[in-house]
Amino acid sequence: MKIYAGIDIGSCTTKSVVIDEQGNLLGSDVRRSGIDYKTVAKESLETALAGKSLEGVPVVSTGYGRHNVSFAIQAKTEIACHAKGAYFYVPRAVNVVDIGGQDNKVIRLDAEGRTIDFKMNRKCAAGTGTFIEEIAIKTAIPLDKLDELARKSQNKVKIGSYCTVFASTEILSLICSGVKAEDLSKGVFDSVVARVLEMIPLADTILLCGGVVAWFPIVAEIFREQVKGEVIVPPHPQLTGALGAALFARETTF
Amino acid sequence: MEIKAAQQLKGLMKQHFMELDEASRTKNKKIAWCSSVGPAELAMSLGFLVYYPENHAAMLGSTRTAMDYIPVANANGYSPEICSYLTSDIGAYLRHETPLTKAYGIKEVPRPDVLLYNTNQCRDVGDWARFYGREFNVPVLGINTPHTQNEAREHVVKSVSQQLRDIVPDLEKVAGRRFDIDEFRAVLARSRECSVLWDKVLDTGSHQPTPLTFFDECIHMGPAVVMRGRQEANDYYKALLAEMQERVAQGVAAVPGERFRFYWEGMPIWGKLRNMSELFARLKAPVVVSTYCNSWIFPAFDPANPFDSMAEAYCSIFIGQDDAWKENYIAEKVKRFAIDGILFHDARTCASNSNNRYGMSKRLSDKLGIPHLVINGDLNDLRCFSEEQTVTNIEAFVEQIEESHRENIRRH
Repeated sequence: MKIYAGIDIGSCTTKSVVIDEQGNLLGSDVRRSGIDYKTVAKESLETALAGKSLEGVPVVSTGYGRHNVSFAIQAKTEIACHAKGAYFYVPRAVNVVDIGGQDNKVIRLDAEGRTIDFKMNRKCAAGTGTFIEEIAIKTAIPLDKLDELARKSQNKVKIGSYCTVFASTEILSLICSGVKAEDLSKGVFDSVVARVLEMIPLADTILLCGGVVAWFPIVAEIFREQVKGEVIVPPHPQLTGALGAALFARETTF
Repeated sequence: MEIKAAQQLKGLMKQHFMELDEASRTKNKKIAWCSSVGPAELAMSLGFLVYYPENHAAMLGSTRTAMDYIPVANANGYSPEICSYLTSDIGAYLRHETPLTKAYGIKEVPRPDVLLYNTNQCRDVGDWARFYGREFNVPVLGINTPHTQNEAREHVVKSVSQQLRDIVPDLEKVAGRRFDIDEFRAVLARSRECSVLWDKVLDTGSHQPTPLTFFDECIHMGPAVVMRGRQEANDYYKALLAEMQERVAQGVAAVPGERFRFYWEGMPIWGKLRNMSELFARLKAPVVVSTYCNSWIFPAFDPANPFDSMAEAYCSIFIGQDDAWKENYIAEKVKRFAIDGILFHDARTCASNSNNRYGMSKRLSDKLGIPHLVINGDLNDLRCFSEEQTVTNIEAFVEQIEESHRENIRRH
């Protein structure tokens, strides 16, 4: 059986995917990217391969560290790979929204899966995974409790800044005014969605991917409340880019 | 591939600064500081050597020393949100440093006898001139030109023509000599010839493959900015034009294997010129035309009618027009240069040159049927620029165009 691999070295996490000729997921791995991209790439892929040899396996790399993977046959941008991975799940015109650790991407695909246009967020981390982590640290709420806590919210809290530092200050003043932790948590997720919605007009079908959606399912629910079109979350949202890379590997060598 | 005329360019720019330095030290000639599309020809006709703070600021940007100086100006009350040419230049002045020292052994920037500006570009050039007017205690003579002037164009040109006439007596006083209209006509004629030649050089980029790129042009535009009105600039562009025409005739490509062609709208990112040039070369997708390098072309200059035609020319620059005019201008270039995509540089500190901000990028893409990409950066302030994000965006943009070309080929 021929196998193909994709590796997505993101700013926060590295994702690896191994697929067969039909695109079935055979193995995967997610780990912190750290500071040694070359080593993390190799180790992550070896874990995804689960004992199979890397030799002869076509690998395509993507993500910020895409040019650091010496054993990749090709490096593709995360825009192309998320588009490819998303279209594999939803083969029709779709708006792909990837909320990553350090940046957000919105990619508009036509019915054939071609990119019509794309947009990445500006330099500030507001509305990304890093923003959520930063707020969790500031408020001393464990990251894995944020989703659960936000679901208990009864009162709407608005966090409007598109700068992480300003948003943190806003949160501090909300804390001072006695806002409850659950309302604050919900406000953080609402603000993540608001930052994405101001990037590009979103209509029709939306496919959500990236680590934030994988770890905080409430984000998809907020999207469903706020947009008119269908909101789809694929089975492994965080692996979409790596899957796209693996599909490129399959395409290149098929 | 090295452009042979580059050696001549180095000599010419050195001559420009050495003459200014000599004048500053010996007082053998008067010096006017002038905004880059200000009334330079008028000053030259009165015997002034002309120094351009914007050119100096671009040197601060390209040598990446701007980052040492911008915070100095910020700390002295000049906001990080205003023109980073202004803040880097003023910061360097406050630190008593200049890249001219390393490049030419010149100790300090030449001391001005008068400061000239034209707000046809932006208000910042006026604020910039007034800072130095206070520092050096010399006259500041400004031409005030409003923007988006389509409906009021006739009145604006008439007013600017009068303003140009009005500064002559003050300039005469500083120059210590009488204004000679024939000398003015002669400078304007040379400046016009410089425009024509530079325009022809830039137009060679319409050939496929292009013999030069936007990044080459940013370097070779130096004489059109700082020496227009002088014969040496014209001689230089004749040589450069001949070299580019030879490249075209022989099919020499600035970027071998040229696949796609881009338009660059907005300012260069001076500190990343080389990186950007190498990136587009690696992607085999040269930037072949830009608004910026075309901004020193003044076909309206008419020596027979010097004041009115100078007013007309300096009111006609791209930056001062309304969006409808700008969109038509870009659309014509897109067609002539066979452009596959438009890159809009949103320069954080230069609203006047960031034309994507009022929806133009989307309007042009819709109208012309070609994609665009907005790059967030700045002319000099690299704190506003994320290289990694920009590279990813540009690579993804090329992938997008690749994909649509593949589809077009498949369909036909």
